[in-house]
Amino acid sequence: MQQLRGQENALLQQLSVQVSTPCEGRIYPSLESDESYALDVSGGQATLKAQEVWGALWGLETFVQLVYTTNSGEFVVNDTSITDKPRFVHRGMLLDTGRHFLPKRTLLQNLDAMAQNKLNVFHWHIVDDPSFPYESRAFPELSNKGSFYPGSHIYTPSDIQEIIEFARLRGIRVMAEFDTPGHARSWEEGQKGFLSECYSGGTRNGMYGPADPTKNSTFTFLKEFFTEVASVFPDQYIHVGGDEVNFTCWQSNPAVGDFMQKMGFGDNYAKLEEYYMQNLLDIINSLGRGYMIWQEVIDNGAKVREDTVVGVWKWRNFSWSDEMARMTEQGYKVVLSACWYLSRISYGEDWKTYYACDPYSFKGTDAQKSLVMGGELAMWGEYVDDTNVLPLSWPRGSAVAERLWSPQDVNSPVLAEPRLVEQRCRMVRRGIPAQPISGAGGCPEEFGGN
Amino acid sequence: MTGGTMKMLLFLFWGFLFSAVSQAQEIPTAPSRGQPWPMPMSYKAGGQLNTIDAATFRFATQGNDCDILREAYIRYREAAFKQHSERLLVVGPLRFRQNNLRFMQQLRGQENALLQQLSVQVSTPCEGRIYPSLESDESYALDVSGGQATLKAQEVWGALWGLETFVQLVYTTNSGEFVVNDTSITDKPRFVHRGMLLDTGRHFLPKRTLLQNLDAMAQNKLNVFHWHIVDDPSFPYESRAFPELSNKGSFYPGSHIYTPSDIQEIIEFARLRGIRVMAEFDTPGHARSWEEGQKGFLSECYSGGTRNGMYGPADPTKNSTFTFLKEFFTEVASVFPDQYIHVGGDEVNFTCWQSNPAVGDFMQKMGFGDNYAKLEEYYMQNLLDIINSLGRGYMIWQEVIDNGAKVREDTVVMVWKGGWQKEMANVTKQGYHTLLSSCWYLNLITYGEDWKTFYTCDPHAFDGTDAQKSLVMGGELAMWGEYVDDTNVLPLSWPRGSAVAERLWSPQDVNSPVLAEPRLVEQRCRMVRRGIPAQPISGAGGCPEEFGGN
Repeated sequence: MQQLRGQENALLQQLSVQVSTPCEGRIYPSLESDESYALDVSGGQATLKAQEVWGALWGLETFVQLVYTTNSGEFVVNDTSITDKPRFVHRGMLLDTGRHFLPKRTLLQNLDAMAQNKLNVFHWHIVDDPSFPYESRAFPELSNKGSFYPGSHIYTPSDIQEIIEFARLRGIRVMAEFDTPGHARSWEEGQKGFLSECYSGGTRNGMYGPADPTKNSTFTFLKEFFTEVASVFPDQYIHVGGDEVNFTCWQSNPAVGDFMQKMGFGDNYAKLEEYYMQNLLDIINSLGRGYMIWQEVIDNGAKVREDTVVGVWKWRNFSWSDEMARMTEQGYKVVLSACWYLSRISYGEDWKTYYACDPYSFKGTDAQKSLVMGGELAMWGEYVDDTNVLPLSWPRGSAVAERLWSPQDVNSPVLAEPRLVEQRCRMVRRGIPAQPISGAGGCPEEFGGN
Repeated sequence: MTGGTMKMLLFLFWGFLFSAVSQAQEIPTAPSRGQPWPMPMSYKAGGQLNTIDAATFRFATQGNDCDILREAYIRYREAAFKQHSERLLVVGPLRFRQNNLRFMQQLRGQENALLQQLSVQVSTPCEGRIYPSLESDESYALDVSGGQATLKAQEVWGALWGLETFVQLVYTTNSGEFVVNDTSITDKPRFVHRGMLLDTGRHFLPKRTLLQNLDAMAQNKLNVFHWHIVDDPSFPYESRAFPELSNKGSFYPGSHIYTPSDIQEIIEFARLRGIRVMAEFDTPGHARSWEEGQKGFLSECYSGGTRNGMYGPADPTKNSTFTFLKEFFTEVASVFPDQYIHVGGDEVNFTCWQSNPAVGDFMQKMGFGDNYAKLEEYYMQNLLDIINSLGRGYMIWQEVIDNGAKVREDTVVMVWKGGWQKEMANVTKQGYHTLLSSCWYLNLITYGEDWKTFYTCDPHAFDGTDAQKSLVMGGELAMWGEYVDDTNVLPLSWPRGSAVAERLWSPQDVNSPVLAEPRLVEQRCRMVRRGIPAQPISGAGGCPEEFGGN
């Protein structure tokens, strides 16, 4: 940081940006995007070169981070030479708008925060048991009856378009997740008959279970619904959930029992689950999209496309490391989130734990390791909404971002800390309420001004 | 088996299935409507509704009037009638756990009475710059019935709490009409000291955040802002007599300081809300930041006979220490009008003193031998005498008593460490007044519904006589600042702090988290509507108006 006494700084007047491939038109980032770039600053000259515009975006973000002010308030940047590309291609963040609504403006703010950390996938877990805020053109009753407050706590088609465009301009993919057959209570009010009804002692008890695979109408509906989803969300992948399917209700329902007999599934409800998922996956496939699923779908034996990406999430009394080995051994691509449940808060510097978690920490061949696409930090919404989502997510999420972008051996929390403290204050200056994570201190400009 | 047994089994099975499936499906807890938080001492509400026309409704003083009341009317008018939409969570009857339904039904065909004003009667005069104190009478009675509403209080402090309660009783029907149920309330707090600690030594908190937090406190009837203003990392208090303290000790001298006028503004803002501002200047430990601007204040540490550049607690061996403290606290007493000044005294580390030869000499001279607790006591004694000479009472952390110092009778001892049940018994047995904060360290975050743990911690839960229990003045929730600043202090503090607020205000037997939950969910959304980013604490759900708008 020191200016050599008596030596004038060179004046840097521009950053020259060179992108090798055309980037006109509505192009979207994908799992195959080239995010590499080279950045050189020297003697009053600065160039940024990238194969694709996605790399240029990251190069711009990096360049801006290199700029700082001296004590006299002058903007400066050191002579720098950077060659950069991410270690993993899928570096995601999950937000959950089924448990608590998150206003559009907060989703946009969070996309900004993601871009500041080079995260490139917004995994939008958009609906869940408690609410259905997704406004469907084909099935308007889903949100009319299923959202918390239909007038306000919904995402209109135009909201979603705005979010996708905002993300695209930042090199971020928006991957929507419509989780079924479990986690779908909120679908029933607007789509009567979608879920299985539960029985007690031979009569309906008013409770509902997972989606009902015994009816053709279920799949007719899903086909029409996901056709619309595919038209709304341009990303190559649609996440179709498949986690935590509770069999109790199915077991109590006589019609389901009959169906099990008819299909020869015996007492094995995992087979019914597989049957449901298979049909759903076929629908997504017929739409020309790839799918991402939670690990249970594979764990329970369904047959899926080769390019399926499996989300490894289970952490409670479960070894995700074994699961990563199992999945990749079967040839599936994986995305790890099990060690990055940022919604599970605890006191102190848990960023170090997130920083230390490595997606390659499992026994496997190089070929297996190459199937690890990356990972995601998860900010599940049970206790999270607009009042706290941004401070909770940042800069704890930044620790995950570095793990997913930087080389494997960049893993010392001690060395990382000063940079993370700078990153935090930088995010605050840029309008993100990133909370303190390294004990007492302060940013020159506190969030919202002093 | 008999039909009855069969029915019972079916009921149990149904109940099990319901809870198994509903828990798995995370059905939101429906908020109550028009229920106060904290729960009043005596609260009766009927089904009859009174309609309010927001445009013409007024608060009408009858008798003693003052700026405190007039300012309150302006605030509460906005709080009660700011346009808001309180619609029920969408969906059918089985989807959420409903409580307090009876208040929401309007008898069909019966017109509501029109409530045009709340008549406010304060028995004692309240003009002039009067401050709340430990002796304030915070009681009030509130009656709403058949288009009439009266609020009576002995002192203006009770009237302020009555206004807060009244505004909480007002809600909107599904058609957007402002209503309040016939209600009869007699209320006063269980404990007189209901505080909240904020720590601006670890992280600076801008003035506007401190003001916002005072608003939040008032919404929960907390009445003491315990301002732990400086600490090891920084000294943001701008002293007129000793300007170098903040010039050299604050994180960023231009901005991360509290000027005399900032502090005046905060104290006044609090006063108008019935909140005391008790400053804490913690010494002899926790005082690293004082040294840069007051050279020689702290003891220097030695390694192998030479100074090693580190500093320890304040240096009790020099007279200049106490001359400085006297002048400093004289200023503090002129800046902070509260009867009590908190002088800290916690976590004094003896290592540095033990390494310092001059301190060693002093120990010999004073006949303290090897007992550094005696040196600590010596320091505290002198400091307490200074505060005493300024005519103020003092509050101290428990270590001061634990380590044997002799203090004034009216000292309030704050219990903060683990094993508080024994400590409370011990401290009150010695005749001291005490406050509890040990179980309310809200900065120690954990996943899930920890508000229930805060809610069920009772300051009287120790072995002692009634006389001892009567020495418990109340307690405080602590929001220490190691990982807390402007980005997160309000969501972390609220509504978890509301759970503590009810424990300190409401009767001891108001202690069921199950019954409290719908009211807490309502309180949380109410706070959000009134501009406080109170975070979710009861699982999935939502407020009709999210913080910052939808």
